[in-house]
Amino acid sequence: MSKTSRAKKKPKSINIKSTGDSIFKSFLGIITFLIFIILGLLILILTLNSSLSIETYGFSFLWGTEWNPTPAGGGAPIFGVLPPLLGTLTSSLIAILISFPISIGIALALSEFTKKKINFWLSFLVELLAAIPSVIYGLWGIFTLIPILSQYVYPAIQDVLGFIPLFQGATHGYNILTGGITLAIMIIPTITAISRDIFAAVPDSQREAIIALGATKWESTKIVRKYGRSGVIGAVILGLGRAVGETMAVTMVIGNSFHLFDSLFDPSYTLASLIANEFTEASSPEVYLSALIEVGLVLLILALVVNVIARLIIRYTKRKFRGVETF
Amino acid sequence: MITICFLALFIALIPLISILIEVIINGISQLNFNFLTQEIYPLGLAGGGIGPAIQGTLIVIAIASLIGIPIGVFSGIFLGEYPYSKITFAAGFLNDILSNMPSIVIGIFTWILIVSITGWSVFAGGFALGLMMIPLITRATEESIKIVPSNLREAALALGIAQWKTTLTITVPTAKKGITTGILLAISRIAGETAPLLLTILGSRFFFTSFFEPTAALPLTIFNSSQSPFRDIDWPKAWGASLVLILIVLVLNIIVRLLTREKFKR
Repeated sequence: MSKTSRAKKKPKSINIKSTGDSIFKSFLGIITFLIFIILGLLILILTLNSSLSIETYGFSFLWGTEWNPTPAGGGAPIFGVLPPLLGTLTSSLIAILISFPISIGIALALSEFTKKKINFWLSFLVELLAAIPSVIYGLWGIFTLIPILSQYVYPAIQDVLGFIPLFQGATHGYNILTGGITLAIMIIPTITAISRDIFAAVPDSQREAIIALGATKWESTKIVRKYGRSGVIGAVILGLGRAVGETMAVTMVIGNSFHLFDSLFDPSYTLASLIANEFTEASSPEVYLSALIEVGLVLLILALVVNVIARLIIRYTKRKFRGVETF
Repeated sequence: MITICFLALFIALIPLISILIEVIINGISQLNFNFLTQEIYPLGLAGGGIGPAIQGTLIVIAIASLIGIPIGVFSGIFLGEYPYSKITFAAGFLNDILSNMPSIVIGIFTWILIVSITGWSVFAGGFALGLMMIPLITRATEESIKIVPSNLREAALALGIAQWKTTLTITVPTAKKGITTGILLAISRIAGETAPLLLTILGSRFFFTSFFEPTAALPLTIFNSSQSPFRDIDWPKAWGASLVLILIVLVLNIIVRLLTREKFKR
């Protein structure tokens, strides 16, 4: 008998209630409501404070390529965020492309091929990757990763793929590809953790069924991979959300250059880096601060959209599993 | 194919090991009593230490906890105990969204709310980090409460204990371990956050003076030193500070893992 998925139905409640119950529930409920307020205020306040910039620049803010608070010659300041916007999106995309196969491999290894005890400590190690503070990733990036990449890896890539314009240019290391690689390392634990949970949630009956049909160990993961596909997509988009918002590590390795990149080996910028670098100095003119806050708003909306989509996909996947036949 | 999966695991662990080794090797030479307690010297000046940074980090974590722990725990209790309430689904969803907010956006928010009015201050930094703690603690608390077996609650209710009292005296203490690990993880997460601090406490070289003044903090000091042109002098300091920071984070994470390991039977 298959069960159809349904919305949660409240079970019959006990009718005996003391007055303390309603006070308690209301108190807790009000505090929980704070989350609504915080999120609402976040969007509201950021929008209000970027209104000056929004009025001044309108949509040209999003596709403008010049950012100059004090133009030489005394003209009006001009702000456009296309380069950092593209930088954010591109570095995050690179991060996903690199981390996706690695994360899936790890998630499969942890959920299907390892015993519980080893699993526990291996998962711990992967989570440690997430625990390392962003600045330290940046420091390591400058000190270790960039030298290795710029001396060995990038020249090698350029030897092989240098005919493509995307891989041309000086390979000194502080570029968007390095930013993407650093981000990839940072979001691997995110994607892995969620994917592993999703794989583990696939009912054992499915695995047993396919093994009964004569599958090898690897082939038996086919069913897990098939079921987990949409959830993994959600996990990847969640990783994208994290990559988009990452500030410090990327700032320290991406070169912080405001021009539109032509090659992966060009230095670039991200929305978050722009804010981090310039916010404390932005005193005049007044529209400068407003513009920076608008950059924050763009980032906020970007992260919001990505995260909402990701969470919806993951929720939908987990709900799908509940309806699966079990003996 | 299975080997490829394990290869992926290996590849992911390489950066982890590399970072840990680098931090330890480069930072350990810096660790002595002076380094940990002296004032921060300007970039390019040899000597000095990171005393104010450690103090600042501890203070800012304390303020953040004052804000984050109560709100987080109470929200988590609500979400765990009343899963059928009208606001529970939305609150849980929004909570997840908030937990993935870019930290610099939270920094801007706090800047507008507090710094633009009262100036660069530790309080603002604590507020920003507290905001980041709330969703983490809420989710951990909610999960821990949900795991408490319902027969415990039912037994208490059957004895005539009011529902609110049951929650406070039975359910929550049972969930204590999960809540604690959630709090510890949240602390370890915000200890390393730099971006919101950049926009709120600004950083300083001196020891803590007042709650409404700029202060130093470990991640900020690391960042500033790493950007210094005087590499020989300031980079070792950055590594030393990184070692202290990573030790704090690692210890917290290891404690959490030890607390959450299931007792393997026999």
